[in-house]
Amino acid sequence: MPAEFSMRTSPLRDVASQVGVAKPDPAIVVDDVTRTFGGLVAVQVEHLEFQRGCITGLIGPNGAGKTTLFNLLTGFDQANSGRWTFDGKPLAKLPPHRVARLGVVRTFQLTKALSRLSVLDNMMLGATGQRGESMWRALLPGMWRGQEREVEDRANELLERFKLDTKRADFAGTLSGGQRKLLEMARALMSQPKVVMLDEPMAGVNPALTQSLLEHVKDLREQGMTVVFVEHDMDVVRDISDWVVVMAAGKVIAESPPESISHNKEVVDAYLGAHHDAPLTVEEEDKVLAEAEAVIRAERAAQAEALDAAAREPL
Amino acid sequence: MQQVLDVLIISTKAFFGPLAVFYALMAIGLNVHFGYTGLLNFGQIGFAMLGGFGIAISVTTYGLPFAVGVLVGLLAAVLFALLLGLPTLRLRADYLAIVTIAAAEILRLLFRSVSATPITGATRGLSGFSGDFYALSPFETSARYTILGARWSGRELWVVSVGWTLVALGCLAVWLLMRSPWGRVIKAIREDEDAARSLGKNVYAYKMQSLILGGIFGALGGMIYALATSSANPDQYQSANTFLAYAALILGGTARVLGPVIGAMIFWFLLAFTESGLVELTGADGIIPPEILSSTDVAQIRFVLVGLGLMTLLIFRPQGIFGDRREVMLDAR
Ligand SMILES: Nc1ncnc2c1ncn2[C@@H]1O[C@H](COP(=O)(O)OP(=O)(O)OP(=O)(O)O)[C@@H](O)[C@H]1O
Ligand SMILES: [Mg+2]
Repeated sequence: MPAEFSMRTSPLRDVASQVGVAKPDPAIVVDDVTRTFGGLVAVQVEHLEFQRGCITGLIGPNGAGKTTLFNLLTGFDQANSGRWTFDGKPLAKLPPHRVARLGVVRTFQLTKALSRLSVLDNMMLGATGQRGESMWRALLPGMWRGQEREVEDRANELLERFKLDTKRADFAGTLSGGQRKLLEMARALMSQPKVVMLDEPMAGVNPALTQSLLEHVKDLREQGMTVVFVEHDMDVVRDISDWVVVMAAGKVIAESPPESISHNKEVVDAYLGAHHDAPLTVEEEDKVLAEAEAVIRAERAAQAEALDAAAREPL
Repeated sequence: MQQVLDVLIISTKAFFGPLAVFYALMAIGLNVHFGYTGLLNFGQIGFAMLGGFGIAISVTTYGLPFAVGVLVGLLAAVLFALLLGLPTLRLRADYLAIVTIAAAEILRLLFRSVSATPITGATRGLSGFSGDFYALSPFETSARYTILGARWSGRELWVVSVGWTLVALGCLAVWLLMRSPWGRVIKAIREDEDAARSLGKNVYAYKMQSLILGGIFGALGGMIYALATSSANPDQYQSANTFLAYAALILGGTARVLGPVIGAMIFWFLLAFTESGLVELTGADGIIPPEILSSTDVAQIRFVLVGLGLMTLLIFRPQGIFGDRREVMLDAR
């Protein structure tokens, strides 16, 4: 069995490495989305598809617009224009809680632990469809007690898997930075989402735990979940992604399987700062000179022509 | 010795008196708003005024039955909450604070304006609406009862009995709600709205529910106050009352079911204690000479002393009487 497991053939093996390429079974489809902050174009994506049941890594330099894209897709920010759908249902203009209820759940780059709630309460909050969350039924504990116990069991199970079970009764505000990342991811899973969007889930988590987290993310894929995650560590991206999308300056500049992403010229340029800081070679210098001379010659010719035309004008 | 006993008796009466009920109910509402949901409502007195005037206007101005007056007061509080919440609950917390304090002041100025005289009695206010309420009393209205040395009239006893029953029921409701999944969402919103949203909770609707619930407690407080004084006057409902209720809440401990109640009781006990104590000390055979403190200044100076006491408490016990110190310390991280 393990052999077969490692031989997992990606449903994306026949997909071309090309920006905006169509996927066989996309869960999320993004079209012509733009978001500007004043003069800054933070996101400008023409077409992007996220394959269902796959792990898609979203990478790009700082300020590329990855978090902004997450915010747009999950309703936390308003796009200037554009459409995006989940399972064919349009998501644009839906408030965040409606997006979450459809099964698209995200985590935040800057963790949002609910400090003065216990770790267990943080987890239990994540469960959806809780009867006791209605004000009237809340007054009648009989209506929700049974469900509450199920939710608690599930929360404890997840806490154990994320190695937070010993912290169960502590305030979430007492957790360390890495533990908060873990808690937030576990909490998102409490809602049994169809799509999870993780914004730098491994940042600040120690390497040993990263390994087990990665296994966990792969598990989610086995369960049929669609995972989109932002990550700066290329080893992590290569390890678990089925597909990698690269953003720079708001645009998607490349898409491909993880093995071939580092051969892509656009990507190398985006990360290393393109031609600007490379010294000019002799040929390039000559080329620039020639171009400048050509421009001057053209201008002179235009001036002469204008003078000629003026001279020929009847008085 | 007799004097010390007198002071204690007077203070104990204040501990259980109608003012303590009034502030306890307002503070229970503020606890729902601020303590549990993180909503900064600085216009709680507006809700109280709508409660008091709901009864007064219905009964005195329009001659409706007392029960209808109570319903009108509660309904007015619900509408006021909707009016305040609809435009502001989507915005940051400070907007609600500004809008609520302004709205409460506008409401008071509106009620005391000359053109409102036929309805609210303007600056003279309304009276003569509490007859039906006292008719329900099992106590002899004119009789005197002595409890723990303090003399209570039948009217007072009836008001505080109803008042403390309301407080008890209110605490029960808050306790049930806050240990339920509903309460968990409410507390999550206090901690981080966006986190709650990302988990599929309709934050706006929950905040609105909280605003209405807390506002109803404010209205009930205002009703007890109006009934206890048998009058409703717009100038009784100054914004300072909101802040005294906050003081009571913080003294008792926020986000604790009994915090606002015990806070209000102790607050009024301390006020009565310092006042009657100072009256004794500055009186004819008192030990404080009038050059230092005249007996006419006592009413003001008691607030100064209680304020100093509150400050000391918050320095040494920032979580209030019932609060959990660990919770307060989390913010320092
Ligand atoms: N609310 C905002 N107001 C103004 N500018 C913003 C806002 N949010 C994001 N930006 C800008 O949009 C650009 C994209 O930001 P974003 O947070 O999406 O980057 P990112 O790809 O997530 O970067 P990182 O890897 O550092 O997290 C940045 O230049 C940022 O300054
Ligand atoms: Mg980011």
